[in-house]
Amino acid sequence: MLNLNLYNSKDEIAWCPGCGNFAILDAIKKAAAELEIKPEDLVIVSGIGQAAKTPHYIRANGFNGLHGRALPPAQGIKMVNKNLKVIVASGDGDAYGEGGNHFIHAIRRNMDITQIVHDNQIYGLTKGQGSPTTAFGQKTSMQFEGVMQQPLNPLALAIAAGATFVARTFTGEREQLKNLLKEAINHKGYALIDILQPCVTFNKVNTFKWYKERVYSLDNNYDPSNKAKAFEKALEFGDEGIPTGIIYKEEGKPIFEEIHPVIAKDEPLVDRQWEVKNIEKLLQEFV
Amino acid sequence: MEFNILVGGAAGQGMDTISDFLEKVIKLNGYYVFSNKDYMSRARGGNNFTQIRISDRLIFSHSNKLDFIIALDKNAAEFHVNRLKDKGAIILDEGIKFDHDKAISLPLVKLANELGLSRAVGMLAVGATMKYFGLSLEGFESFIPAKFTEQVRNINIEAVMKGYSLIDSQYNLEKRKSEDTLLLNGNTAIALGAIAGGLNFYSAYPMTPATSIMTYLSKKQLEAGIIVEQVEDEIAAINMAIGASYAGARAMTGSSGGGFSLMVEALGLAGIMETPLVVVDSQRPGPATGLPTRTEQSDLSFLLTASHGEFPRVVMSVRNAEDAFYQTFRALNLADKFQTVVLILTDQYLADAKVTVSKFKLNDLKAERYISDGSVLVEGEEYKRYKVTDNGISPRLIPGKVPGQVVLVDSDEHDEYSHITESAEVRRAQMEKRMKKLELLKDYMVEPEYFGSERPEILLVGWGSTYGALKEAAETLNAEGVNIGALSFGDIYPLPTEKLIKYASMAKAIVNVEQNYTGQLGKLITQETGILMNKSILKYDGRQINGEELVERVKGEVM
Repeated sequence: MLNLNLYNSKDEIAWCPGCGNFAILDAIKKAAAELEIKPEDLVIVSGIGQAAKTPHYIRANGFNGLHGRALPPAQGIKMVNKNLKVIVASGDGDAYGEGGNHFIHAIRRNMDITQIVHDNQIYGLTKGQGSPTTAFGQKTSMQFEGVMQQPLNPLALAIAAGATFVARTFTGEREQLKNLLKEAINHKGYALIDILQPCVTFNKVNTFKWYKERVYSLDNNYDPSNKAKAFEKALEFGDEGIPTGIIYKEEGKPIFEEIHPVIAKDEPLVDRQWEVKNIEKLLQEFV
Repeated sequence: MEFNILVGGAAGQGMDTISDFLEKVIKLNGYYVFSNKDYMSRARGGNNFTQIRISDRLIFSHSNKLDFIIALDKNAAEFHVNRLKDKGAIILDEGIKFDHDKAISLPLVKLANELGLSRAVGMLAVGATMKYFGLSLEGFESFIPAKFTEQVRNINIEAVMKGYSLIDSQYNLEKRKSEDTLLLNGNTAIALGAIAGGLNFYSAYPMTPATSIMTYLSKKQLEAGIIVEQVEDEIAAINMAIGASYAGARAMTGSSGGGFSLMVEALGLAGIMETPLVVVDSQRPGPATGLPTRTEQSDLSFLLTASHGEFPRVVMSVRNAEDAFYQTFRALNLADKFQTVVLILTDQYLADAKVTVSKFKLNDLKAERYISDGSVLVEGEEYKRYKVTDNGISPRLIPGKVPGQVVLVDSDEHDEYSHITESAEVRRAQMEKRMKKLELLKDYMVEPEYFGSERPEILLVGWGSTYGALKEAAETLNAEGVNIGALSFGDIYPLPTEKLIKYASMAKAIVNVEQNYTGQLGKLITQETGILMNKSILKYDGRQINGEELVERVKGEVM
């Protein structure tokens, strides 16, 4: 295990006191330290939102890009340097709203990256508007008559799109959160962890207490490799209970890095040497 | 010496096979080719044509006057017959009813059927065309596409020979010696320039007329060691390319105006993150879907300021296939040196026009990355991605390559370590640091090319694909005794002004020649130098201006 202090950033944290994001930040650092991923070999990629500030609060390589656009650069980074461990830190608005298209296609591409979604079912950075996962009918700082769309089920969507690691946890379950992160990082392929995380300032419905009363951890009798059962579990949300843990896991599906013949070569693309005169061979076709 | 051949018909009739073959035969015989395509946005039917111009010198523009037409259907014959010169001829199958004194009816379909391959009509027409121009049969077999089976190959060879015996020669294009040349289109030249420069990442979404850049790169992916990724949309394309560039790849993306519009937010991301990025915009007439398969130069004003906020950028255009190779190579170096965005403007005309160019000179080309291995840091020093320096350029490390150092980049305004800041002082320092690069870039811009008399009374100014038309018009008018000159801009922003100011000060009339409605280069010139355009020659019908048309318009509208 590496020293946790290695990951300490000097930046001042701008999250509200009591925010669930602290638990997630802590879990990322611990998971990296326990897996002995050095800060220089780790890249945290984010878009914009409260969750997207994560790259600033951990000492690692970081790419804090545009709202909704964390996945494309994360995949670009992994494609050209497969030796880097890539974690995408996003929120429910960033990942499922603005970035919805990238979410689906990143799953299709199945690269060996981990996406964590700080899902507080509300927009925090822009002060309390409804997000894609806000409950139907919930009144917000924008939806004064209540949200009129049905909430998106990100886990069911991910399973349907072909994701091979789909998990859910809650920031109140710190040990589970850290362990899931480690499993997701170790999983070969795209891994999604939807992390229920209370927004202490803007979501007065889905509070710490609300989640605590509903979440239950899937036990050893649950078989995450059964896709139909996983889909059923993924649909479970709300007063009936919220299952946490690995909802779906599929081993052996080829990852993009293995399929793509240029990436599959031993050395990462960034280490490739190139000389201008190599073009001569290609020019023959036009002589 | 000059001849113009047109191959016309409906989409799906194999026009590309005929024109590709003829172009290669002409090149083999030592002549220069300029061939442009005019096609409709459909996979079958319509009226499409390719014009092949042949000369004994380098040419970069098409011509309207035809010597020879291969009409694969009646439409093609009717559309183009009036463009034939007095001595011109049109060949077509005897089954096409077309009564005209220049028409030569040939039993193309009948012979093709006898050969047992109805598609051999094309090669029969090729043979007849070669004979008409007196081109030698020597060596043509090597141009039969390699994908054909032995049997089909033999039939095609026989078809060329049979076609050759169908008509009499009108000209005698003897094989001549020429310099080493290449025959390629503008998009392929861009792709090759990028590969030569060490491009190793290209993410894009298909859009005419930019798609063929991606297609060529994708085809050469393994040979050149490039990742070419077709992504879900243009937003992903540019963001993925920025990620790849951050991680150390030489990254590029490309689209046409519509796709480029989607990329705009991320252009600013590359700007504030100071991540090198080259973006190609292969223009077509807009707005929105516009004319998908036609040409225009109407994205210049848009590219000059695309993105909210301000950051340094280079906007360059390519003027022909040769220029496209060198400019793209240079664009990658500039992007890396200045850690910013370089935009390349091309258009449908250049994308698809195939031209004979001098063989690329590779000896003077050097791909320069400007990536630090960390030796700029002293023991114990923490890396600052956005260190304020005298010239605004900070040392660039890439992630995972320097032990103990991490690389953080941000789209928010940031301090030297890249942490988010709202400090007025830091904002000023970082803005000034970035914008300093724009000042420095001015020294790296290349002056436009000038053609014509040294003390012009009329000065034409244009950019990009009008290069050939400007050159020919200046030469033609000079030969007629008109005191005229023309500036063809490649680099556009920051605007190189030395030659412009010099020739503009002599000219009585300054005329911008552009393929757009609003005179976008003219406006930029006025903005940057105060020089006003006295007249504008603008064309926005989706068709490219050529030398002849420009001469006519100068005579009619300027003189």
